[in-house]
Amino acid sequence: MTQPTPSAATSTVAAVEAGASSMLRRSLQQLLAFAGLIGIFIVFAIASPAVFPTYTNVIQILFSAVVIGLLSLGATLVIITGGIDLSVGTGMALCAVMSATFIVNWHIPVLIGVIMALLFGGLIGLVNGFNVAFLKLPPFIATLAMMMVASGLALVVSDKRPIYFDQGSGYAHLSTGSLIPGVEFPNAIIIYAVAAIVAGVLLNKTLLGRYDLAIGSNVEATALSGVNVRKWMVIIYAVAGLFTGLAGVMISARLGSAQPATGAGYELYAIAAVVIGGTSLSGGRGSMLGTIIGSLIIAVINNGLQIISVPQEWQNVILGVVILLAVFADQFRTRT
Amino acid sequence: MPVPGIDPTVGQHDPNLLLQAEGVTKSFPGVKALSGMRLDLRKGEVLALVGENGAGKSTLMKLLTGIYAMEEGQFWLEGKPLSVKNPKEAQDLGLAIIHQEFNLMPDLTVAQNIFIGREPLTGGFFTKPKALEAKAQELVDRLGLRLDPRAKVGSLTVAKQQMVEIAKALSYNARVLIMDEPTAALNEAEVETLHELIRRFVTPETGVVYISHRMPELKRIADRVTVIRDGEYIDTLNMAEATIEQVISRMVGRAIDTGARPVNVRSDRPVLMTVENLSTKELLSDVSFELREGEILGFAGLMGAGRTEVARAIVGADPRTSGTIRMRGRVVNPHNAADAAKVGIGYLSEDRKRYGLMLGQSVASNIAISSLADKFSNAGFIKEKAIAKAAGEQRGNLRIKTPSVAQIAKNLSGGNQQKVVIGRWLVKDCDVLIFDEPTRGIDVGAKEEIYHLLNRLASEGKSIIMISSELPEVLRLSHRIVVMSEGRVTGTFTAEEATQELIMALATHQDAVVPAADQEDHR
Repeated sequence: MTQPTPSAATSTVAAVEAGASSMLRRSLQQLLAFAGLIGIFIVFAIASPAVFPTYTNVIQILFSAVVIGLLSLGATLVIITGGIDLSVGTGMALCAVMSATFIVNWHIPVLIGVIMALLFGGLIGLVNGFNVAFLKLPPFIATLAMMMVASGLALVVSDKRPIYFDQGSGYAHLSTGSLIPGVEFPNAIIIYAVAAIVAGVLLNKTLLGRYDLAIGSNVEATALSGVNVRKWMVIIYAVAGLFTGLAGVMISARLGSAQPATGAGYELYAIAAVVIGGTSLSGGRGSMLGTIIGSLIIAVINNGLQIISVPQEWQNVILGVVILLAVFADQFRTRT
Repeated sequence: MPVPGIDPTVGQHDPNLLLQAEGVTKSFPGVKALSGMRLDLRKGEVLALVGENGAGKSTLMKLLTGIYAMEEGQFWLEGKPLSVKNPKEAQDLGLAIIHQEFNLMPDLTVAQNIFIGREPLTGGFFTKPKALEAKAQELVDRLGLRLDPRAKVGSLTVAKQQMVEIAKALSYNARVLIMDEPTAALNEAEVETLHELIRRFVTPETGVVYISHRMPELKRIADRVTVIRDGEYIDTLNMAEATIEQVISRMVGRAIDTGARPVNVRSDRPVLMTVENLSTKELLSDVSFELREGEILGFAGLMGAGRTEVARAIVGADPRTSGTIRMRGRVVNPHNAADAAKVGIGYLSEDRKRYGLMLGQSVASNIAISSLADKFSNAGFIKEKAIAKAAGEQRGNLRIKTPSVAQIAKNLSGGNQQKVVIGRWLVKDCDVLIFDEPTRGIDVGAKEEIYHLLNRLASEGKSIIMISSELPEVLRLSHRIVVMSEGRVTGTFTAEEATQELIMALATHQDAVVPAADQEDHR
């Protein structure tokens, strides 16, 4: 840098300071969500000190967070545009069926089959993005239609029967195996962690993330600023689709089979995780770290309530209340 | 019996003043918005309230209507101390406020909008549309407005929507009418209609506070003018004696040259952009013109003449049915604003909040958005430091008043928001900048700055198209002036030839018989 003028130098300093303070405020928000997560954890740890806070159970919690966690990463990107993706649940089931079709029925090597399943998820997202950006369908409608199409196709392709993976193919290893020898730490958690980092980098460090936030803030201004909004909308939905594809692979690896009739309802848990994490449904504002914390909160609540023997129906009631509280707290915080 | 909004614990004041403010003070974190503010509205007068954006006008209004809580000071209504807790109480006391942004529901009819919350009902539940319409018609007739109570508000022109807003406010039997920038979106004929309405409203028992930036208008409508600056009361002048220069110098605290003329006018510069036979489905028909390097080309015309549409069609924001756009002789014909930006054409919309800024994002993000792909990223990864540096440079260059470039754009004043959008296109290094109403909603001091900036950009070789509804602005800056009417170019003037009269003659070219206010909804 050449000799900066005093004003430029002070402005840079001021910018860095203000940047730091706004970052501080942002991390404070996440800190609060994180504090919520820790608080819930402590409550369960007190309620069930023998079972809940053990290594095995914590791993179990993380493991159970993987599928909804992956879906919610993609959902965050879509929701930041001000859109919504209802197709991720059944889309995931369709991707699981496609993965099984590639690997079991077509005998494609596991790794290539997995990549094809991811790309298939990307294709679902691409179609969603095209329908939203070019055909100008409201995201709710476009992805509602895709939700039904995917749910139907999963049954058609699988002939309404689960497809089982060979025990020896190593497919299940993707989820339940452990890279680290001797330690019980499922690969699924590692894959989720890597995917979460990739999603965080995408949102915070890349053009995609910047345009994502810009579109969500003001789509018309972004377009008039010379950003090819339609192209980027398609890309964002397609990237979200890749996460759907990965979730499809991970759920089928965990079960050892592709279950065509599952998946519906997962999209709502994914949206719940995003919302608990403080991402605004009206777009333009959101955080991957928040979403990750949101997914963990859901996993901890489900796991903890099971351990203290709260019936499933009450678990849903409690989760619903948590969503209301989280969003209310977020709105209250941003208003003041 | 106590009246809501009247504070019985404070003594009486001069009952001959309709509305009075004394020592009104209000602070926000880090800013003193108002300090010891005064205001006297006499019975039967129109009092203009002028001040730059951020001078404290809207804070004063929000205190008056109870949206903000008073810190120090007191309002009086006819000598009675006011302590209004919410806008409803203010309304009941006869204080009517017309905000700059309307609070209307576009899908409801005029009558439904006026009497929302007060609909005539049967049994407290079932609506009586006939009675509602009759009530609205009666009100509209009483005010001498030409409005159809059954028309959907969304289908009306801005001017007519404002009439609805006024009718609604006056339906509460207002004695004090406060209008915030009522003419910002109106053309000359519509302004005159509004002024007539105001004159009819003013009786020996009522009064109007008229907030405006448009100086010539104040001469026509106001009896006195109160000037405020930086949250403080400066002076009150009798309009009949005061000159516009006196008012402006009190507003900005310095004298301003209102006789300025275009600078650097030369006709020998090479042509940069040509537009030929531009047409759109709705409005434009065979629009052709050329733009030279380093030139400010003014676009004059009445509202709805198609000037904004020309800009939008050039950058591909709206589809063209025909037309060729050349840059340096090469056909470019952008399909969207992204294409336009690539060939160096940037469009700055008249509606900054809707089409210009991402209000929730930082100043730096707003400046960087157009150049992210080509200047501020590497293999898709954002170069954060480069953005901060470029934004900081534009902040210095354009003198954007913000504590930092990390500030959220929403928190800046209108003039500074405009500069952020200008900074965006300077960073993008566009050759052609299309400014659509560059000074709309911007106060006088900041306007001057924008004018200097436009002159400077042109002298640095940028080619500028400036669309403006303020003729003095067009005359002051433009090297040449294109006049439009009804979607066509009706004439082009050089700076020397152009006068307000000549331009108005061509601007009303196609429809000289019909006053502009009567052309319903060609949008």
